[in-house]
Amino acid sequence: MVRNCREVKVREVRFLGAWDEPSDFVELTLDNPGWDGYRPGQFAMLRPKHWGLELSWGRPFSISRSDADSVTFFFQVVGRGTARLARLAPGDEVIIWGPLGNGFSVADQTPTLLLAGGMGIAPFRGYIEKHPTPEFLRIVFAHRASIDSYPYQLMKDMVRAESIHETSPDDLPMIIERIENEVRGAQGGIVLACGPLPFLKTIQQAARLHQIRAELSLERTMACGVGACLGCVCKDGHDKHVQVCARGPVFKADDVHI
Amino acid sequence: MDLRVEFAGLVLKNPIITASGTFGFGLEFMNFGDLKRLGGIVVKGLSLKPREGNPMPRIVETPCGMLNAIGIQNPGVEAFVRDKLPLLPWRETAIIANLYACSAEEFGDLTGVLAGEEGVAALEVNVSCPNVQSGGAAFGQDPTQIRKVTEEVKKRAAGKPVIVKLSPNVTDIGLCARAAQEGGADAVSLINTLLGMAVDIRSRKPRLANVVGGLSGPAIKPVALRCVHQACRAVTIPVIGIGGIGTAEDALEFILVGASAVQVGTANFLRPDQAFRIVDDLPRAMLKARCSNFAELRGSLDLS
Ligand SMILES: Cc1cc2nc3c(=O)[nH]c(=O)nc-3n(C[C@H](O)[C@H](O)[C@H](O)COP(=O)(O)OP(=O)(O)OC[C@H]3O[C@@H](n4cnc5c(N)ncnc54)[C@H](O)[C@@H]3O)c2cc1C
Ligand SMILES: Cc1cc2nc3c(=O)[nH]c(=O)nc-3n(C[C@H](O)[C@H](O)[C@H](O)COP(=O)(O)O)c2cc1C
Ligand code: FES
Repeated sequence: MVRNCREVKVREVRFLGAWDEPSDFVELTLDNPGWDGYRPGQFAMLRPKHWGLELSWGRPFSISRSDADSVTFFFQVVGRGTARLARLAPGDEVIIWGPLGNGFSVADQTPTLLLAGGMGIAPFRGYIEKHPTPEFLRIVFAHRASIDSYPYQLMKDMVRAESIHETSPDDLPMIIERIENEVRGAQGGIVLACGPLPFLKTIQQAARLHQIRAELSLERTMACGVGACLGCVCKDGHDKHVQVCARGPVFKADDVHI
Repeated sequence: MDLRVEFAGLVLKNPIITASGTFGFGLEFMNFGDLKRLGGIVVKGLSLKPREGNPMPRIVETPCGMLNAIGIQNPGVEAFVRDKLPLLPWRETAIIANLYACSAEEFGDLTGVLAGEEGVAALEVNVSCPNVQSGGAAFGQDPTQIRKVTEEVKKRAAGKPVIVKLSPNVTDIGLCARAAQEGGADAVSLINTLLGMAVDIRSRKPRLANVVGGLSGPAIKPVALRCVHQACRAVTIPVIGIGGIGTAEDALEFILVGASAVQVGTANFLRPDQAFRIVDDLPRAMLKARCSNFAELRGSLDLS
């Protein structure tokens, strides 16, 4: 696996979701930066070449999928950086460094439950595509925006999939219970999770309670993405600060404080 | 073109050094460029004992800059010497240790550990840390303390060049530079970060767990340039310019006001190969500035 910093061209920027309104959900496909592979769960830092000095950092995104000639990301517009990324056009140049971090475990012929919350669905697309025994996979996807805003259907075509729509905060207790039950039911298999912090906390607690093997992908604000600035740390099981970008972003649920 | 610079007993391939805390231990960047091409690498701040650093959040992006309150998280000087230093190309590139301590004695002990290390080319003393013996005020804010710490480090440095890294959060930077010179410093480097703050009006909370943090990046370059200019006029020892340097032109600006070399910090976050790119770009920038060597450019600012 080559890890490097390259300037690559934008191939395609696709807006997902409602077709007649500008969408905040974006699929961005870039030329393959010369990677000879990646592990699903790994991420890359992106910085369009024409960003001036106003934004000091690149932005981290999970690698959603990658093949010999392209790499695809899937993101939601939440602030200045993502707003600008959504305005890229084919041919624009983006500086990309990666693949970064560790990635999820892949267990051949092992029941594997993928728990995705919102944008946490991004890394699982490639995970499903690359898995040696996809018939052992099942994904449960909790989301707020309309289901068309996410690359869910693609995944539903490949593995067993269920979605849970959170339409109001009143749905939350139901969703938490559902997630807890899903984790409990994963005895003998593994659980891989990516999503917002409260979602991950629920999974961590349930995994602990029922002694289920689980891995959680964490998000942090990142400056360097390579373990150098120490701006993105979390506490590991020994209460030591470790860099999420370099030692994660995927952690064993029993070896991280979130 | 000859990019070499010599000062304070150091011979560097070029004047581009990476700044402490922004380039890890150098090893994190091996995939992005050949470390041997850099003039030097200042490693993350080292303390006698390992430090866990500050709670999260530790960094905030600000317009043309960032705030950080990392709190000198580091594995301790012994782990550095044992685990990191042997992996660095110290024969080819100057590896500079950055020292952090809370008392003059501790600075002395830290120096003692590093003084015998062949792989360490020089010691950079971070005086922007709180002095526990004087109620927590930073050493760097008191010229008497700067001088005392410099003497202590110099005494135990076994001849290794001692660079004192000055804080800009002072009234008279020239006075601080002079205190370092009087304490026996071989060079001064400046600036460290400017004290700043960011708040969130929605949560009504500070954006850094530490409440305040250090501002760095292009936003501070004019302040840094002014400080380097004033320091160069206050001392006869060499000065290393730091603050918002992100291009070869920026580097030349600091050399023009009198710096012997520069450090690249926050610009390493623009892209991880930025320091290498600056090195590559130096000859072009020098030609454009009609400058044939650094000795000729250094301090040639026309103030008439
Ligand atoms: C390893 C890793 C992988 C990631 N993968 C993805 C991905 O595949 N898809 C994706 O959409 N995002 C992903 N993220 C999150 C993404 O990096 C951020 O959303 C992005 O950096 C925000 O940049 P911005 O400039 O738009 O927001 P900023 O201007 O930096 O922030 C604007 C506002 O957004 C808030 N904000 C920042 N980050 C997030 C966030 N993650 N979620 C919600 N609000 C946020 C800030 O608190 C602030 O209020 C990932 C993060 C990490 C660390
Ligand atoms: C994340 C971060 C960590 C830093 N850590 C240290 C440190 O450990 N010791 C030190 O002397 N300076 C430290 N600095 C200060 C830089 O070395 C430099 O002096 C400052 O950032 C100004 O330069 P710049 O604008 O090029 O970044 C740190 C800066 C940043 C941004
Ligand atoms: S983002 Fe710099 S250490 Fe993780």
